[in-house]
Formats: sequence, structure tokens, C-alpha cells
Amino acid sequence: MNTLTNDNDWDIEITAKSSIFDLNLKDLWHYRDLLLLFVRRDFVSFYKQTILGPIWFFVQPVITILFYTLVFGNLAGIPVDGLPKPLFYLAGTIVWNYFSECLTKTSTVFRDSAGLLGKVYFPRLIMPLSVVLSNLIKFGVQFILFLILYVFYWSKGSDINPNAILMMLPLLIVMIAALGLGFGMIISAVTTKYRDLAFIVSFGVPLLMYTTTVIYPLSIVEIKYPAYSWLIKFNPVTAIIETFRYGFLGRGAFSWQLMGYSLITTLIILLTGTIIFNRVEKNFVDTV
Amino acid sequence: MAKVIKVENLSKAYQLGDFGTGTISRDLERYWARIRGKEDPFLKIGETNDRTTKGESDIVWSLKNINFELEQGDAVGIIGRNGAGKSTLLKILSRVTAPTTGSVKIKGRIASLLEVGTGFHPELSGRENIFLNGAILGMRKAEIKRKFDEIVAFSGVERYIDTPVKRYSSGMYVRLAFAVAAHLESEILIVDEVLAVGDAEFQKKCLGKIDEVSKGEGRTVLFVSHNLNAVQKLCKNIILMHNGAINNMGGADQMINHYLQNVTLSKSVYDIPTPANIADIPGYAYKIYVEDASGKVVNEIAAGAFWQIRVFFKVTKKIDDFVVGLGFTSAMEITLRTSWSKAENLDEGYYEAVFQEHQLLYATGVYTINLGLSIKEKTFHYVDNAAAITISGITHELIDQSIITTSGTGLILNPMSVKIINDRKVFQEDV
Repeated sequence: MNTLTNDNDWDIEITAKSSIFDLNLKDLWHYRDLLLLFVRRDFVSFYKQTILGPIWFFVQPVITILFYTLVFGNLAGIPVDGLPKPLFYLAGTIVWNYFSECLTKTSTVFRDSAGLLGKVYFPRLIMPLSVVLSNLIKFGVQFILFLILYVFYWSKGSDINPNAILMMLPLLIVMIAALGLGFGMIISAVTTKYRDLAFIVSFGVPLLMYTTTVIYPLSIVEIKYPAYSWLIKFNPVTAIIETFRYGFLGRGAFSWQLMGYSLITTLIILLTGTIIFNRVEKNFVDTV
Repeated sequence: MAKVIKVENLSKAYQLGDFGTGTISRDLERYWARIRGKEDPFLKIGETNDRTTKGESDIVWSLKNINFELEQGDAVGIIGRNGAGKSTLLKILSRVTAPTTGSVKIKGRIASLLEVGTGFHPELSGRENIFLNGAILGMRKAEIKRKFDEIVAFSGVERYIDTPVKRYSSGMYVRLAFAVAAHLESEILIVDEVLAVGDAEFQKKCLGKIDEVSKGEGRTVLFVSHNLNAVQKLCKNIILMHNGAINNMGGADQMINHYLQNVTLSKSVYDIPTPANIADIPGYAYKIYVEDASGKVVNEIAAGAFWQIRVFFKVTKKIDDFVVGLGFTSAMEITLRTSWSKAENLDEGYYEAVFQEHQLLYATGVYTINLGLSIKEKTFHYVDNAAAITISGITHELIDQSIITTSGTGLILNPMSVKIINDRKVFQEDV
């Protein structure tokens, strides 16, 4: 007989509110297998019943850069810092794609899986994290494509100069993921109740691509519109793309200040996203 | 015994209606009240949750001040009408949603089965889904691996284990899903109405497994079902809910009787809407209800008991050859019986007709009642679905002992007279 049960003995306490920063990481760690299984599910179900399978991950960027080369490179004649055009566009595209996929998918992840979330408990943070991880695999596959193209132009003797900034690649990847996740969580928190923002995301994110240096280098903006180049730098993804290009190709507007700004912005957005997410997490099933 | 669940002052408010432009101004108003440290202005207007009456505010309390404690090894059933708050309570206990006020304290791991097959992905094979579903329910990969063979054996779908589950029949799907959930290792198991699916054999297997979990392994089980029979078999104690509050708590048999007699009462008098052509017809029915054999108003009758129906009608013009008739239709739309009164001549006034059923014993289920008032064969007031009578899964104490089951074996329970004769002639030839 244990009649002296005191209140500290309880394992789980369910109440109306939790503290802002309590992410319940212990719970998250317990469910780490689920996170990996979700990633696997997304990956496997992507190419089930297809003939080409994971090759489809290549098709999208290949066709994209083909069009960019034709339209922006040749037809419009936007300069690309004297680099091989496909390589220039691919570097920008894979970074931007990773960011935009993380953002759009996490912003609808609760609506898409409302049925599941309404029936069973697991740490809600698993859902956006699985999106970020699934897309990391996709990024990895597309990065291999970039490396193939890179070696191809290298062997052809193109003017490519990799340098020490290349070592920042892991940080860059973490930053894109954190930016996508942070923005996505902010948007998802709002769209569970009011769906207006989802419309803005669906047409806004593709447009947002033009406010960063995917199809043009930052250097050309600084030459043509020096007074407005801050607008482009304002987008935290710009620094990431420019640093990525600079590290691999030796051209690009890399600066420590710009990177520092981007890093701080990323941290603020991730933190804001986490706080907002924590506030809605417990009850969003009722409103989604 | 140690307490494993403690629920204190638990309440949950829901907002009715749609979220739209109007909601955001209200959200701002609530937010403003919160920063000033005031009480939420919209939660004050609390009403009990009775879905049959239209309330004044569009905030409704699905749960209001729930308090109870469960000890380890308890098997507790939660019963109540639709909308009594059963599912909301289970959702809070399984952490799908949070309460508005109050708290729940839990000791040990909690596993909930609010739906069978949650998170199954149609493209993945049975094997992959066992792992995915297990992980969703909170199992570690190693744990699933260890129990994999057991799960597959319980489900009985070995042959299809590497086929995508979208090719499964719905029965196989449910079998596999329940098998995963049944092998969860948790101290507390929450089950919501999952037995409504699957064939009879599998339902029996599920009930057996739940029984084994609570009685054999000493785990705590919370079970919600409309199948009173299953609740009665599995649970020692019952929490009876009504309009978002706990109406009563106690032993299973006592609570089920209480439920049948009292909680269903408020719904059992049916008002019949006045017909539009009231001036053209000589009379109309305005009320109907079901009574047990002793004349007490009910809407659920124990299987094996007799009952009666009282129809109230008004005659506005003198009628000759007046007949009132009732038809009974099963849930499967099979008309079971129609009965008429003898033709009579009636003067103006209020009347009631009593239809007594003392011949047929209906099987467990819901039967709708259609009502007709006519002059000979010419009906002037016909009401489709005027009322309903529910024959319970609980059997009447004086039911004929030869009736083995009250559902799934036909609509009529009355036994035929059966004699088994020991035929000595054959016996002698054999020797």
C-alpha cells in the first residue's frame, strides 16, 4: 500500500499552459525513431510505383537550370560573374529550393496531417523536423548533381577557384534548415486558425526567389542599383547563397558582416518560431 | 493500490461555429483582456453542453469540472449519450488536446487507441506500417522488432505482410492496426470505440485482448463504447457522463441500469411537428413515447422485456372509422411489423392510444417508428421517423434462457419450441 503518494511522483502532468521555452526535449528524444520513420516514409512514398525512382530528384533541378540558362542567361543576358551559367544557377537553385521547400511544407504540415494529430499524441515538433530532414535528403541528392557538374566544368578547365570558405558548408546547411523551419513554424502557428497566410505563402515564396541572388549575382545589383542593394542583402538567404558560391566557385559577394547579419537573423527567427509554436502546439487540434 | 490517474477540476471549452473575419476581433479582445490580467470575457458565459437546445453564446463547455482518480489495474468504462464529453475526456487524457482549465496527473506510460490504424500509410507495406504505427503510438524500434512476430501472428495477415496496405481488405487493415496497438507496453491503455469495426470473430479477439491486458497484466484500462454489453463484460467500474459532467460513478451493473433508466430519459418523449394542412384534416398526432411494461417512460428497453408505446392525438372534426397505426423499421430498413387499432368513431377532443408489445421480442438494435392516422385505409396524417426505440444489449433478468445472444442472429428473439427426443430405436439397432 502506498498511500503517501506525493505530487512529485507523477510522470505526466496535463494542464492548460506550459512555459514558453519548454520544448520537452526528453520526450522528443524518446520519439527519435518516429522522426526517422517519418523521413523514410516521405522518401519511400515519393518514388513508390515510379520507374525512375529517386532519379526524379534530379529531374526538377536539371530542367530548372536549363530554362534559367536559356531565359535569364541567354535571352535576357543577365551576367553571372563570368562563371559557367548552369553551375551558377544550380548553386543558387539547390540552396533556394531547400529553403523554400522547408518553408512551404512546414507551413502546412499541421493541416496536412490533422487527421493523425487529432488521434494520437507525439511531440508535435516531430512533424516540422521530419520535413526539414526529408528535404535535407533531397538537398543531398541535388548536391551530388552539383558536384557532378562541378567536376565536369573543372575538368574542362573553367575558371573555378574553390577556397577555405568551403569549410562553412555545414553551417550554411544548418542555417537554411533553421530559416525554413523558423519561418515555417511561425506561419503554421497562424494558419492553423486563420488560413489567409497560406495563400500568401503559396504565391509569395516563388516571388521571394527574385529578391535573392538565385538568378543574378549580388555584384550586378551593387553596380546597377547601389542604393537599393541593401534590399537584396536584407533577405537572409542572400548571404547563404553568396557564401556557398564564393566557397565553391571563387566568385560572389562574400563578407563576414553579411554572414553575421544572416546568422543573427536566422537565430532570431528560429527562436521566435519556437516560442510561437509552443504556444499553439497544445490546442491547435481544436482549430485546424 | 497506487493511484495512476488523478483528474482535478478538468474543463474544456470549445468555440462553436466557423472561424472567420468575426473571430479575429474577438481574439484581439480576449488577448487584450489577458494582458490586463482580466478573465477571458468569452469563457464566462458558460453553459452546459446540451446539443438539443440552442445556447446563447457560441462557447460551449464540452467538459465541466471533471474529478476522478483511478488506481492501478482498474478497468473503467465511460458511458453516456453522444456528445456527453466522453471522447473529449479521452482526447485530453491522451494529450491530443489540452484542457481549458484543471489538470490531469498520470503515473507511467499512457497509450491511447482513439482510432484503429492511425498514421498507416497506404503506399507502405504491412511490415513498414507496423514499425511506423508502433512508433507513432510511442514504441521504440527495438521494442517493435522484439514483438514483431507476435504482432503478425495476432493480426493473422502473415501472407500479405510485404504488400502495400492499400491492397488490403478493410478487415485485414483493422486486424493489423489493432494488433500493433494491442502489443503496446504501457501502464495505462485508453480505448475509444474501436470495436465498431471488424467482423464478430475479430471483435471477440479484441475484447479478449483488452480483458487480458486489464485482468491478467494488471494494467489500467479506460474504455469508451456504446456497446453496453462489451462495457459490462470488461469493466468493473463505470463513469457515467452527461452533458459534459460526471453524472455518476460506481459498479458496472448498477451504472448501466442507471444509464438506461435515467440518462436516456430526456430524449425519449418525441414531439411531433404540427402538420401544415391542419385545416384540411380531421385530426393530428402531437406526441409519442416509449414506456417499459410498468408504464415508465424510457427509450431503451432491455432485450427480452415487453414494452408499450403511447401516441397522443387531437381530433378536430368528428371522424368515422378512425384508425391509428404504427410501423417498426429496423436499422437495416427492414419493416418488422405494422399494427393498427380497430376502426372507431370519435368525437372532437384529445385522445391517447397505447400500443402494447407482448408477443414479439425484438433483437438488440434501434428501431424507428412510423406513425399514421387514417380513415379506413386513407391516411390523412403520416409521420415518418416519429420516434425510435432502442433494444439494449443488456438482457432482461427474466429472458428465456434458450436465447443465447440478442444480436446478429435475426430480428426476432422469440424462441420456437424445440424438443430433443432420445430415439431409442436407432440406439437399439446400433448395439
